[in-house]
Amino acid sequence: MQAVEFRFPDSKARPVNADHEAHLSEAERLMTVCNSCRYCEGLCAVFPAMEMRRAFSAGDLTYLANLCHNCGACNSDCQFAPPHEFDVNVPKVLAEVRNDSYARYVWPGFLAPMFRRNGLMVTLIAALSVAAFVIGFAAWHDPAVMFGTHTGPGAFYKIMPHNTMVAIFGAAFLWSVLAIVMSCVNFWRDIGEPSSTLRDPQALAGGAHDAATLKYLDGGGVGCMAESDKPDDNRRLYHHLTFYGFMLCFAATSVGTLWHYLMGWDAPYPWYDLPVVLGTLGGIGITIGPIGLLMAKFRRDPQLMDESRKGMDVAFIVMLLLTGVTGLALLFLRATPLMGTMLALHLGFVFGFFITMPYGKFMHGIFRGLALVRYAAEKRRAFG
Amino acid sequence: MEHPVDFNKTYDVVIAGGGNAALCAAIAARRAGASVAIVEKAPRFYRGGNTRHTRNMRCAHDSATETLSGPYTEEEFFDDLLRVTQGNTDENLARMMIHQSKDMLNWIVEQGVRFQPSLGGTLSLGRTNSFFLGGGRAMLSALYRTAEGLGVHMTYEAEVTDLEMDGPRFVAAEVTTPNGKRRLVAKGLVAASGGFEANIDWLKEGWGEIAENFLIRGTPYNRGSLLRTLIGKGMTQIGDPTQCHAVAIDARAPKYDGGIITRLDCVVFGIVVNKHCQRFYDEGEDIWPKRYAIWGRLVAAQPDQIAYIIFDARALKLFMPSLFPPITGTSIEDLAGKLGLDPARLRETVDGFNAAVQPGQFDDTILDGCHTEGLEPAKTNWARRIEQGPFYAYPVRPGITFTYLGVKVDAEARVQLADGGRAENIWAAGEIMAGNVLGRGYAAGIGMTIGSVFGRIAGEGAGKHASR
Repeated sequence: MQAVEFRFPDSKARPVNADHEAHLSEAERLMTVCNSCRYCEGLCAVFPAMEMRRAFSAGDLTYLANLCHNCGACNSDCQFAPPHEFDVNVPKVLAEVRNDSYARYVWPGFLAPMFRRNGLMVTLIAALSVAAFVIGFAAWHDPAVMFGTHTGPGAFYKIMPHNTMVAIFGAAFLWSVLAIVMSCVNFWRDIGEPSSTLRDPQALAGGAHDAATLKYLDGGGVGCMAESDKPDDNRRLYHHLTFYGFMLCFAATSVGTLWHYLMGWDAPYPWYDLPVVLGTLGGIGITIGPIGLLMAKFRRDPQLMDESRKGMDVAFIVMLLLTGVTGLALLFLRATPLMGTMLALHLGFVFGFFITMPYGKFMHGIFRGLALVRYAAEKRRAFG
Repeated sequence: MEHPVDFNKTYDVVIAGGGNAALCAAIAARRAGASVAIVEKAPRFYRGGNTRHTRNMRCAHDSATETLSGPYTEEEFFDDLLRVTQGNTDENLARMMIHQSKDMLNWIVEQGVRFQPSLGGTLSLGRTNSFFLGGGRAMLSALYRTAEGLGVHMTYEAEVTDLEMDGPRFVAAEVTTPNGKRRLVAKGLVAASGGFEANIDWLKEGWGEIAENFLIRGTPYNRGSLLRTLIGKGMTQIGDPTQCHAVAIDARAPKYDGGIITRLDCVVFGIVVNKHCQRFYDEGEDIWPKRYAIWGRLVAAQPDQIAYIIFDARALKLFMPSLFPPITGTSIEDLAGKLGLDPARLRETVDGFNAAVQPGQFDDTILDGCHTEGLEPAKTNWARRIEQGPFYAYPVRPGITFTYLGVKVDAEARVQLADGGRAENIWAAGEIMAGNVLGRGYAAGIGMTIGSVFGRIAGEGAGKHASR
């Protein structure tokens, strides 16, 4: 696909998918149609937010697209959905605009092509990352160390020195945080919300609540519509497992850092110690959750999805799954000669995950959260 | 799990149609222990007739609820019905229906339907009407899910095209399917297959050739085949073929199924002229929700069944947007050119209107009394000069929602015979018998009340009859 130049309010041009403009104009048509019907206003946040507007800029549409959780309820409730000649397909078109938005706001802008064949790119990066750790460890160490049995405090650091680990992962993490923050700045400016909203505790609390509970991933109260008009999909449960699993893993790493620097205790920790308990529970979450999400994705009615971007979704879910699976494997095999290999695999996936965070599906959570914060603020402005 | 109709089986109840009335009947009959087959003409996506396009139902209630802003007594409901029908209603049936509508609010929720507070832009109905969460198609899907769960059998793209009778007793239905005609034997029939609004030839019997210019707001499948058969088999006809719910909708809408989004709410904010640029009715007679249903008929009476709503820039944001943007002109003459009207005559009409507008405090939220003097017909509210460009117009045509001609029923929803007595085992519910209650006029959400209440009564009656 050919790159198209877009002009932004901040006068920076970014190449985005060539279909982006078509997606935006279709989304604009749909929001105008939906605004003259409004039957769906009780289903989620998208339609009440739409009703606060009469005309829709690209920023508005991107905001609405990121508010949409793709539960599918509006499609199965719509009298004008395909095959009707009005061809109103809100979940799919908003998914397209949403998926475009990750490239639209990416930082630095020249990395937008990362989103063109995102599944492939993420897979390549993950493979390279894993390969680098495996080959690096193998080249660095004598086989006796790599395939030796190490136990007790500092065992991992016999394979990779602690400071090297901190330097590599710290740099990757900081870069990703910077890139995500810059993307968020681009997103926030383009949707046209003042920065003061981000200092409004009620808006932040409202958005955080709706994100943390996935309030709008429930088909308006009955569950998601996967196939037709029957709610038969439990994506909210699997998403909770994935999200909270991820947060537990993050907490495990944070506690481990405290243990190391504050308490002077070296990993690996015994199974009952806090970092291991958190990491194990989190690992189970990001193993079961992604499996459920993948199954739901392949059962879903293609009419509801942006099929051209399925690769991006699948790559992200699989990446989380492999991070979880290799983490659990490392836990079970850490006292065996396979520890070195499992450490290489696990660190490889974690590193790959970190550096692709701003350049893949991970961004959906960030923009969704911001959109929900804005919605909380808008709702209060409109209804008190 | 969907169970297809088995044409080799004798059902207790066969139900013609697949909308609200049909599903309420099917569920009620099944809950009464009957085996039930639904025969729906439309393909699965278009199932449910006009129910797909509805958004609320009007039920009496004695106190406010989570979704209704205040009480709406039986007496008030009946007064509203009397007013809109100008007395053209069967008082006993109407009072019975209104009484039963109270319990319908609970019953329909028990069948899986969910309500929400009134939709944005429809505050005037927040007290009287219960809005379906997700609209009519969501409501319909809930009823279908419940019916399927109860083991009701159903077939799509199949239409009851003839009836086999033994005197006043129904024996079997002839069902026309994509694979030919099939005979379906049952102990009772519920006719819930809607009106004939999509049957232009039948509309012409009442309206003449002008019906060619009507748009049909709902499904093209409401052709009235069973209604015609019932009348042909000696059931009592009620109403005449010109009575229907008709509104003025965007003339650019498709012939069928344009639904709610082709509706226009701006009549009160401008003037409406015919193809000769003449006004023909008081645009500001009353608040729009009370008057929208007369404009279909008014436009039908104009030459070529077309009219144009003309307004200026100040009015643009006072009403809900619709599917098509308005036609825009930099001047009245420019606008007339785009509409194919005579620019000089439109200018003359607008100038005449502007000159007649009296000073006043314009307020779109109340009957503001801003009116014209010495103009025929007068505009009695919201009369404001059309002077601030750009100027806008919507072309409008009559949009038929549903027809009122039907079969006569009693309080048990049993169909009445033309030569006295009643059919032994034929019930009717929904639009096919709406004319019993609604001889003329309309009040928002009342079609769904008729469908649900009479559907439930018909289903229970047919179910009990079969188990005798």
